[in-house]
Amino acid sequence: MNNEEMKLNSKFFSHAPDEAPTRDGFGDALVELGKENERVVALTADLKESTRVEAFSKQFPERFFEVGVAEQNLVTIAAGLAVMGKVPFITSYATFSPGRNWEQIRTTVCYNDVNVNIAGHHAGLMTGPDGATHQALEDIALMRTLPNMTVFVPCDKEEARKATKAMTHIKGGGYIRLSRDVSPIITTKETPFIPGKANVLWESKRPKVTIFACGTMVSRALYAAEELEKEGIGSIVINIHTIKPIDSKTIIAYAKKTKCVVTAEEHQIAGGLGSVVAEVLAMNFPVPQEFVGVKDTFGESGTPNELFEKYGLGIKDIKEAVKNVVVRIK
Amino acid sequence: MERLTEKKLAHLYTNANRIRELIIESLLHAGSGHSAGPLGMADIFSALYFHILTHNPKDALWDERDRVVLSNGHICPVQYATLALAGYFPIKELLTLRKIDSRLQGHPHRNSIPGIETTSGPLGSGLSQSIGMALALSLDKKRNRVYCMMSDGEHQEGNTWEAVMFAGKKKLSNLTAIIDRNNIQIDGFTEDTMPLEPFRKKYEAFGWNVIDVDGHNIEEFIYSVLEAQAVYEKPTAILAHTIPGKGVTFMERNYLWHGKSPNKEEAERAIKEIRSLGNKISHE
Repeated sequence: MNNEEMKLNSKFFSHAPDEAPTRDGFGDALVELGKENERVVALTADLKESTRVEAFSKQFPERFFEVGVAEQNLVTIAAGLAVMGKVPFITSYATFSPGRNWEQIRTTVCYNDVNVNIAGHHAGLMTGPDGATHQALEDIALMRTLPNMTVFVPCDKEEARKATKAMTHIKGGGYIRLSRDVSPIITTKETPFIPGKANVLWESKRPKVTIFACGTMVSRALYAAEELEKEGIGSIVINIHTIKPIDSKTIIAYAKKTKCVVTAEEHQIAGGLGSVVAEVLAMNFPVPQEFVGVKDTFGESGTPNELFEKYGLGIKDIKEAVKNVVVRIK
Repeated sequence: MERLTEKKLAHLYTNANRIRELIIESLLHAGSGHSAGPLGMADIFSALYFHILTHNPKDALWDERDRVVLSNGHICPVQYATLALAGYFPIKELLTLRKIDSRLQGHPHRNSIPGIETTSGPLGSGLSQSIGMALALSLDKKRNRVYCMMSDGEHQEGNTWEAVMFAGKKKLSNLTAIIDRNNIQIDGFTEDTMPLEPFRKKYEAFGWNVIDVDGHNIEEFIYSVLEAQAVYEKPTAILAHTIPGKGVTFMERNYLWHGKSPNKEEAERAIKEIRSLGNKISHE
């Protein structure tokens, strides 16, 4: 059942959701931050419009820097600005930033322990027709292994707005994973968002499984939970919007409650949300786990929906994982 | 910057040799590290910290200070020795270089010890960080300057040229790059490994003011920095031609000393030569 406390968007459960890309929420937040905090600056690597930094650049031209197609320079200039007390946001596609400039992020942001905020746009299969070169499926793994780095994977436009705003208050580097294409708006302005605190969005009366999902897989997990409920399989759906620091407490509590879990992410299974949950449970309360995610392969051109079906990230794949995991309980 | 008198100039050369001694002593105790680069930059570091910079060793985070970024972080023994000599921290702490629990990390780390502005070492990222600092100073309408110390070898990194291009575009006149043109890198001479010439023309093509200087002529170097301060429409690159290992004959111009530290016997020979000004005077 939809958790009323989360004040989710009612249109979502009537299957006529409003839709928007998460990158729009990022762009809106950036303009709000520009007004609220003089220290906020933004830099992009030749992707002003598509990474939604255009509005900020028009309103705060003196605080906006175009670095051209140079992602290594993008992050290291930002590190220098942050050392001086500025709060930079840098935008590019996730395959290039944090993909191409990972070592600079490691050294000049994380080890340096400065507040540089990295927006990884066009992440995942949602990038669609541009194909595998532009579909980042490894960025969560790249960022979550770094000390002094916070990692957000918002589930919709509204959550992306809140996460972006939260980033300026968090010490060290920050990463936010964003999508190109539209996705259903699940949350509302009233939905709580506390960095590092997972949100229980759905809780059946007699749950048999907990589904931990992040980003674009949260809406699919919720629709899967609805269908499973009708088929007599109760479940819990938890939105892990913060991959790092991970909310171990909630993960352990629900593993104890349902005795098996499924993870769902638009990312390689290796190193992403599923790995984080497995680490937490292996150390604290091991239970059977099934992983929904990209299985050690690259994507290709196609529409997001076609790609999600082909690469095993559909609603039916989550349902299948649930059915596979519940029978593994000894 | 105060006027450069004969007396002050002599003092700067004396300090440079004292820095060389401290480099050798700290490297000997560390048992690893880079020798040639730090020795070659001793004259320039003496000029910077004892004449050029606006700074305060007793208040390392003083807001009005100039910023120094050591992009080629592997030559940090010269910066540590200079900072200690200037009074940022006790000289005896230099003997903890590269040891467990030391504040003197193998490559510079921000806030690990007073006087280190940012973390650096992986080559090619210092100039970009310096650009960020220069932009922040401009945004805050401050007149402090940023000095980025660079190696010649790191001009083989793509990141360096991304930064050179950007600084040229933004005409960052509060930024000065000081490039240690010593012609060596780990695998050999730069022009054999991956040629960097024509160095000057490359920087000029990206919109920089370029000054070639003898990196061991302190007076000439100081005048080049004054020129950089006077040029308002461009960033300046000072190509400091140095002799790697300068002051220790058996290390000079030998790339095998790029990434190596001296043993006890070598260190004794080196210090003897430095103290006797190249065996021109008897030492002690």
